Amino acid sequence: MIRGILIAILTLGVAGAAFWGYQEHKEKNAILLNAENNYQRAFHDLTYQVDLLHDQIGTTLAMSSQESLSPALAEVWRITSQAHSDVGQLPLTLMPFNKTEEFLANIGDFSYKTAVRDLNSKPLSDDEYKKLKGLYTEAEDIQDELRNVQHLVLENNLRWMDVEMALATDKQMDNTIIDGLKTVEEKVEGYQETSFGVTNVNMEKKEESFSNLKGNNISKKEAEKIAKEYAGFKGSLDVKVTENGKGSDYGFYSVAIKEKKSGTEANMDITKKGGFPIWSIISREVKEQKISLNKASNEAVKFLKEHKFKNLALFESTQYENIGVFNFVTEVDGVKIYPDSIKMKVALDDGHIIGFAAEEYLKANKERKISNPVISKEDARKKINKQVTVMDDGLAIILNDLNKEVLCYEFIGTLDNDTYRIYINAENGIEEKVEKLKNAEPVYEEVV
Amino acid sequence: MGVIGMNIKFLLAKITVIFSLTIAFISIPLYGEKVNAFSNQIIQHGAIGDDVIELQSRLQYLGFYNGKIDGVFGWQTYWALRNFQYEFGLPIDGLAGTKTKNKLVSASKYNEKFVKEQINRGKKFTHYGGVDLNKQKTPSAKKGTTQTPTKKSTNKPGNNKQNVAKKPSNNGNKTSTNNKKTASNGNQAKTPATKKQTGTKNNTGSTTNKTNNTTTPNNKANNSATTNNKTNNTAATNGGEKTTGKKATAANVPNGFSQNDIQLIANAVYGESRGEPYIGQVAVASVILNRIDSVSFPNTVSGVIFEPGAFTAVADGQIWLTPNERAKEAVLDAINGWDPTGNAIYYFNPDTATSAWIWSRPQIKQIGKHIFCK
Repeated sequence: MIRGILIAILTLGVAGAAFWGYQEHKEKNAILLNAENNYQRAFHDLTYQVDLLHDQIGTTLAMSSQESLSPALAEVWRITSQAHSDVGQLPLTLMPFNKTEEFLANIGDFSYKTAVRDLNSKPLSDDEYKKLKGLYTEAEDIQDELRNVQHLVLENNLRWMDVEMALATDKQMDNTIIDGLKTVEEKVEGYQETSFGVTNVNMEKKEESFSNLKGNNISKKEAEKIAKEYAGFKGSLDVKVTENGKGSDYGFYSVAIKEKKSGTEANMDITKKGGFPIWSIISREVKEQKISLNKASNEAVKFLKEHKFKNLALFESTQYENIGVFNFVTEVDGVKIYPDSIKMKVALDDGHIIGFAAEEYLKANKERKISNPVISKEDARKKINKQVTVMDDGLAIILNDLNKEVLCYEFIGTLDNDTYRIYINAENGIEEKVEKLKNAEPVYEEVV
Repeated sequence: MGVIGMNIKFLLAKITVIFSLTIAFISIPLYGEKVNAFSNQIIQHGAIGDDVIELQSRLQYLGFYNGKIDGVFGWQTYWALRNFQYEFGLPIDGLAGTKTKNKLVSASKYNEKFVKEQINRGKKFTHYGGVDLNKQKTPSAKKGTTQTPTKKSTNKPGNNKQNVAKKPSNNGNKTSTNNKKTASNGNQAKTPATKKQTGTKNNTGSTTNKTNNTTTPNNKANNSATTNNKTNNTAATNGGEKTTGKKATAANVPNGFSQNDIQLIANAVYGESRGEPYIGQVAVASVILNRIDSVSFPNTVSGVIFEPGAFTAVADGQIWLTPNERAKEAVLDAINGWDPTGNAIYYFNPDTATSAWIWSRPQIKQIGKHIFCK
């Protein structure tokens, strides 16, 4: 009797477990399939976009008038950004697929710059036409390779989930998809440098490596001294200085200082050449606010003076809880030079400088010859949208869309509740940049 | 007052303003009589806190400030303050220093209890002078008012004056509002004339902008005095969300990022590197930001973070742990320009890295347990 009951219970248990296991298995498969489908969609979409890209570049080659050329190039630009976003959805981060992404970005930049240019006054040059033709054949190559991979994927029912597994476990990478994409990547790498001449590198973020710095290389000891001075720590210290790795574009020392008593740590990078501070952060808890933002900004100014930074003017101040963040830019003869910016963090409990970032300043700062504006302020003002009420103005050097430094009239104006900075080129009156300044953001309900 | 040499008309107008303001203060027994003066800090653009709330309230009381009283010294507050300084003959520097604060305190009233209460309740409210405070809090249920503030402000000033004049004697309160408005209207009409005298420092365009800016508040205040103040509320808050008011209702946010973006990055940073020193967390946040800038990666916060295989914390779900304040602070530092990594776009933990490829990247430096690479 008891045995019968036991058997019945066990059978039920086994059946239940089996059923549960089956359910779980089904669910897992459904989720896997779902993820797989997302990858598949991104991949097939990518090949489709590259098809489109190839066709679109082809058509632009046959065009001559601006009316048709500009929209067509804008279309190329749009397609590249779509394709770029598709690549971003594929599990390829652990695989060198970035050349292809760069290639797409470069086509995008080229087509964008040409599309927004007035092609009537400055038509496509022979060089650019040649470049476009080159892009056409290259896009064709990529299209071919991708189609090939696509065909294999479809025919053999290949799954991206396997790619992910293969990449994660590093199993010799013998996956068909990986191999196919590697071929694409190698192809692109081949013509990477040739197709975009010197003129086209500037949309990419410039990798200037502190070439304007003056002075001799400093030693580790000197770096330590500079860092101590910046941190302003007292008492016995733990100091560690390390040199930069081989992959860096420029030489620097990283200094970590620890105040033994309080345990507060300061970190700082210093250029080898000249011993300039690239950035520093003192990590400590900032207590309740005791001093005002205004006082803190004075502290920041004092600090800059003490450390021999000249011609800097406060341009933005912001308070985050108990920390004031200040942005300084060079100002020469009333001209603000925005690329030269230094940021500072001041603790509002005791007014100490707890952060310093001068990377942009060190990269951009140099002796500049600031030319006189060609057009008058009144003329520049006329270029501004009539709806904007101008509140303030000045002269400034900014980096424009093409990453070039240009002298501009800077107008600060309001339109309804928003404030804008508008930059009008002081030489030719082009509206170089319109910036909407951020308003405070409401804090959305926090979970109590 | 240094009014010698000013246009006589302006002087007259000014006297009228001051006179009527004085009357307004003497005659209206508003609740919360106590004068709450500022602390002695100089308030500057970007500041947050109680002093800013008071500054905004007082500026709104006088009709200079039409934004939300949120305790964040933003651009709207800045221009309101400058207009105030201009109208009251103070040096126009956009800083609320001792002189400016004294002038503000003497010219306006600040009902701290009312303002704080409304902020804590998270309700929309305004703090215009000469209007019953009870009418300025919780919005009425009717939602039908479609008139936009811009429309209102284009009304002719004369029109408004009549509106006010129509309903003169509800109580003493209303009358004095009327008085004050008329006075400042007169003032505003004179502005171009004063310009000649004082306006050497300002550029040519400020004539128009001055008139604009003074017109708007006056009209709005007028409307609120006569019509129901629902329009007023919408104008002041842009239909903003309800907010709980334990602390500030608004916060400064760096350009180009929303608080939610920051939260998302903080999630990723916390999931990836919560065991790391602070500097290591700033570094991880920097890598995310460098990737957004890089052409080889997606261009958005979510694109970079959720790129398949990019971050282990995303793959194993640790990104959904609740980040602490440290992580958020680290993200803010990174956004504000601190990059401890030297422009790295990859990093890995040498102890746990599974891919051989990552070792082939040129290494820049090591922070904590992570090696950062190009």
